[in-house]
Amino acid sequence: MGEFLHQVASGLALGGVYAIMALALVMIYQATQLINFAQGEMAMFSTYFAWKLMDSGWPYWGAFAVTIVASFIGGVLIERLVVRPFANAPVLASVIVFIGLAFIFNSLAGWLYGYSVTSFDSPFTGRPWFGAGYMSAHEAGSIVVTLCVLALVYAFFRFTPLGLAMRAAAQNPVSSRLVGIRVGWMLAIGWGLAAAIGSVAGMMAAPIVYLDPNMMGGVLLYAFAGAVLGGVDSPFGAVFGGIVVGVLGNLVGAYVVGDEVKLSVALAIIIAVLVWRPSGLFGRKLVARV
Amino acid sequence: MSAPILAVKGLEAWYGPVRALHGLDFLVEDGGVTALLGANGAGKTTILRALSGLIRRTGDIRFRGRPIGALATEDIARLGIAHVPDGRGTFQDLTVEENLRLGAYVRSDRQGVRADFERIYGLFPRLAERRRQQAGTLSGGEQQMLAIARALLMRPSLLMLDEPSFGLAPLVVAEIFRALGGINRQEGLSLLIVEQNASLALDLADRAVLIETGRVALSGPSQAIRADDAVRRAYLGY
Repeated sequence: MGEFLHQVASGLALGGVYAIMALALVMIYQATQLINFAQGEMAMFSTYFAWKLMDSGWPYWGAFAVTIVASFIGGVLIERLVVRPFANAPVLASVIVFIGLAFIFNSLAGWLYGYSVTSFDSPFTGRPWFGAGYMSAHEAGSIVVTLCVLALVYAFFRFTPLGLAMRAAAQNPVSSRLVGIRVGWMLAIGWGLAAAIGSVAGMMAAPIVYLDPNMMGGVLLYAFAGAVLGGVDSPFGAVFGGIVVGVLGNLVGAYVVGDEVKLSVALAIIIAVLVWRPSGLFGRKLVARV
Repeated sequence: MSAPILAVKGLEAWYGPVRALHGLDFLVEDGGVTALLGANGAGKTTILRALSGLIRRTGDIRFRGRPIGALATEDIARLGIAHVPDGRGTFQDLTVEENLRLGAYVRSDRQGVRADFERIYGLFPRLAERRRQQAGTLSGGEQQMLAIARALLMRPSLLMLDEPSFGLAPLVVAEIFRALGGINRQEGLSLLIVEQNASLALDLADRAVLIETGRVALSGPSQAIRADDAVRRAYLGY
């Protein structure tokens, strides 16, 4: 029983990371109907940025905050400079741009920081705040950070005028422009937010999966499984799906298939959802009128 | 005649490579109601889209003397031209109140916005009752009221409406047109209305422009247009 609870608890911590990444994917999907395949590598790059800051003497939380801000700016710049020119291009062109971005960030990180696996400090040490015996201090702290991020993102979209304008722009760009919303900037800010929360996911994942240029490959796959499970057009669904995938992946990895083929659980979930319920648990069925 | 709020000269517009408007000239008087009349496909909706910069257009478009023919849609809206598009363009998944807040998105005068909310809920009490409801759950008439209310919250100086009567029951249409007439008279808000229902539009408008295949066929005071034999036979049906 203790072992089972331990698996669930660490699944929750990882699931929180997947949930944030899934939320980042959904944020961009809602506005553009595209999945940003570079989201994971962007988060990895942000994590290296934080590591570099700490390496040069910054305290953890200072580096954490600066990394979030820098990632936001980076996300906005990527949208403006790289993604924007393909706004009216066919879907496939955008997909290739995203894949290209992923390779660029991966190579850039390898070139700048090397491909060796590095440890990444956790700010949470000693006894965990809760769940002692079942999870580490980092896992407990990571769950708290995840909840804070989710609450902040929710409050931003629910209660601020900018958040409302971003929801409007994603839903109906033409009507948004007719009330004076600069829809292009809303997309750029969306990319910035996705990059910013992705960087949090990266920094929370790094102490668990260790820092290397390929660290987010698996994480993004789980996040994608979570988003598909919850419904890729539903922020709530994506968060729920990410957490479920985290816990399920851990349990199946521990009791059924073993840790080595754990990642295939994500693929199995994606395939199963696409076969039985393509719109996900909370997604909306799209009916196209022709 | 006072200076026009909107002066259009040689307006041309395209859908892709296809030219849909072939050089239109017309004026909208400040404080007046101008109706754009014409059959289905004549280009009335296209004119509003061209004025708002939603499609490619050329020509001299002046809003209070200022050229707006090269501005982006959002900048035209910010200058004070509100456009209630065909199909109403409400945000279906947002609540009534959120839709209205978006109308006031570019305004910074909090007190004025609050006062306008009260005023608009007074004008359309049904929106007040449904303020927490999703816009997509409203009836067609309520959605049209919401679209107009959202446009009014922009505090525009020109309100362009695309077929506000479309698909609505006569009683609801009467209610909406009564509200529009009231706003025009009490606040001097200039209106540019596209309507297929010519007699309805001519009742409200003081000037009318008749559009045929992307050109101005006739324009003048409403009484003159109403009295025109060809208009009477083709559009008024008596």
